[in-house]
Amino acid sequence: MTLIQTSDDSFAMRLLLIEDDRDAADYLRKAFREAGHVVDHAGDGEEGLALALDGHYDVLVVDRMLPRRDGLSVVSELRQRGEATPVLILSALGQVDDRVVGLRAGGDDYLPKPYAFTELLARVEALSRRGGGTASETVYKVGDLELDRLAHRVSRSGKEVPLQPREFRLLEYLMRHAGQVVTRTMLLENVWDYHFDPQTNVIDVHVSRLRSKIDKGFDVPMIHTVRGAGYMVREGLK
Amino acid sequence: MRVIPRGATRLMRTTAFKLLAVYLVVFAVFSLGMIAYVAWHTRQLIEAQVAENVAGEVRFLAEQYRLGGIQRLVFAIDRRTRRPGSSIYLLTNFNGDVMASNVSDLPLGLLDAAGTRFTFYRRSEEMGAKENLAFVEVFMLPGGYRLLVGRDVEERDTVRQMVVRPAQGALLMILILGLIGGFFVTRRVLKRIDSMTATSEEIMAGNLSGRLTVDGTDDEFDRLAHSLNAMLERIEALMVGLKEVSDNIAHDLKTPLTRLRNRAEEALRHASSEAQYRAALETTIEESDGLIRTFNALLMIARAEAGQARDNMVNVDLAAIAENVAELYEPLADEQGLDLTVEAEAVSVHGVRELLAQVLANLVDNAIKYGRPSDGSRGHIRIRLRREGADAVLEVSDRGEGIAEKDRERVVERFVRLDTSRSRPGSGLGLSLVAAVARLHGGSLAFSDAAPGLKVTLRLPAIAAEGLA
Repeated sequence: MTLIQTSDDSFAMRLLLIEDDRDAADYLRKAFREAGHVVDHAGDGEEGLALALDGHYDVLVVDRMLPRRDGLSVVSELRQRGEATPVLILSALGQVDDRVVGLRAGGDDYLPKPYAFTELLARVEALSRRGGGTASETVYKVGDLELDRLAHRVSRSGKEVPLQPREFRLLEYLMRHAGQVVTRTMLLENVWDYHFDPQTNVIDVHVSRLRSKIDKGFDVPMIHTVRGAGYMVREGLK
Repeated sequence: MRVIPRGATRLMRTTAFKLLAVYLVVFAVFSLGMIAYVAWHTRQLIEAQVAENVAGEVRFLAEQYRLGGIQRLVFAIDRRTRRPGSSIYLLTNFNGDVMASNVSDLPLGLLDAAGTRFTFYRRSEEMGAKENLAFVEVFMLPGGYRLLVGRDVEERDTVRQMVVRPAQGALLMILILGLIGGFFVTRRVLKRIDSMTATSEEIMAGNLSGRLTVDGTDDEFDRLAHSLNAMLERIEALMVGLKEVSDNIAHDLKTPLTRLRNRAEEALRHASSEAQYRAALETTIEESDGLIRTFNALLMIARAEAGQARDNMVNVDLAAIAENVAELYEPLADEQGLDLTVEAEAVSVHGVRELLAQVLANLVDNAIKYGRPSDGSRGHIRIRLRREGADAVLEVSDRGEGIAEKDRERVVERFVRLDTSRSRPGSGLGLSLVAAVARLHGGSLAFSDAAPGLKVTLRLPAIAAEGLA
């Protein structure tokens, strides 16, 4: 058993990490490699910008405070030049307003330090537009589980499963990222649109309610708990 | 000994003194102008009078000459010269011989042309008398006679002196008194400024509770002192908040950090199997996550108290938040054996959505943890939102044990946990954040008895209903 759960064996990303702290950068490179991804590293904003414009990366992980050119300016410069690669901003500043500033600069996600690597990995994988569904698909399918986004209908093995609106959105998000780990905070952010720390396991109860509707009576579970990380929708036994 | 009093050079550099000096100069120039005008006017008046007198005399003497020839004229002049007065007369024949006169030492050629002019003269009866200035008129009579009639104008200058001298004196007095008065007034002003400077230096030196004196006169200094005091109040509050945060961090983060460190050390010394190491590492991560949470909560409280978030306030639909949070926590409450219901009127407030949601989440979380009835029956958490006048009133009530009256003030303090056994998880920061967010939004937080249970009431200034459209 590896310490870090990877989402899918066939799923490898090219990442660019722009981070000036050597220790943090070394740790992250190692951890991402163990998770099966390819990581390039830049130690300052200028180098990072040059690499980001040059290489074809799946996701950029950008620290906010960098020498020579700060992280937000790297992101806004990239966006101005029409570079649409998804960006995750890392920051020691974790307040709501800082996050808003980060996203406004063109970041796609924002993660305050300190973070668990599993959280970072899950978010980076969610940003990479490989695997899972996309926002433009109208029907998500995982095994015999089907979710129709337009008709707001869910069925398992052709049999309709009635869901509450919030349960539907929860399943929709999980299925869009099928095969990827989705953390509790990602669910709170994307399904409820709140960025606070709920302190207790509120999300777990929602997921277990959903699971009882989706998986009950079937031999093959769809919603899996990934220990120490979150949840994943995928077909088959784990 | 120095003639200039101590501090006089500094005094001269002050704004008040400079203004005073400029004012005095302007005042002096205007006064001098006034005096000059009065003097000039007096002189004009006297000269006109003199000319009139002389003309009258000339008319009279010419009349005498017309009536009685030269004898009568001489006679009239003689009679006139004997009268005391300031008039002067001179009559000459065609040879230039004097026929009647009360003057001597007239300039040569004075009688060459008719007309009026000024001249110096001496009276003939006063030997050695000083030369006086006179206004004279020369008149040609038939037969080569020349008549000079004049009037002394020295008194004109005397009158002018009578006006100008005291005016000059008065002006000088005003300037001197003005300077002295200004010196004292300025010194009074300076004293107040000096005391303000002294107080602020004392405050800068670290005595943050120092305040400027307000003497109740409501003048500019009072108003300045008032607003500076208000500023100091704010700074002190911030400093106290900062100090509290650092004290709490020191106290309440050190304890878990020490525990964390001890556990790690313990594992190093005694763990013998991989499983034991793994377990030690897992608790280490758990504990650090708890620490991070506490740290974030403290930062959030500090930020809310510093009021920085005010810049990000927007109109927030509080009813939507109430429903969302209720929906988020309902399954958890249900699992824990409590019903969670929400009744929300449409009310909006000016605020920070995330913070308000976090606050309500904290309250509901507390209600789930502590709101179960002691008799083991099913609990009920009610979230109620309503408009009450200009306020949005958000209530969260449960049927738990409630909070004893004596603890209600204490419970919002940081790290205060009434659950002394600390058997249930929590940082003791949840209600502190609620209180801080309430203050940030200009609202209030109150605890009351829901009989049985606890009712927490959060009162926030609402946005007027018509303003929503």
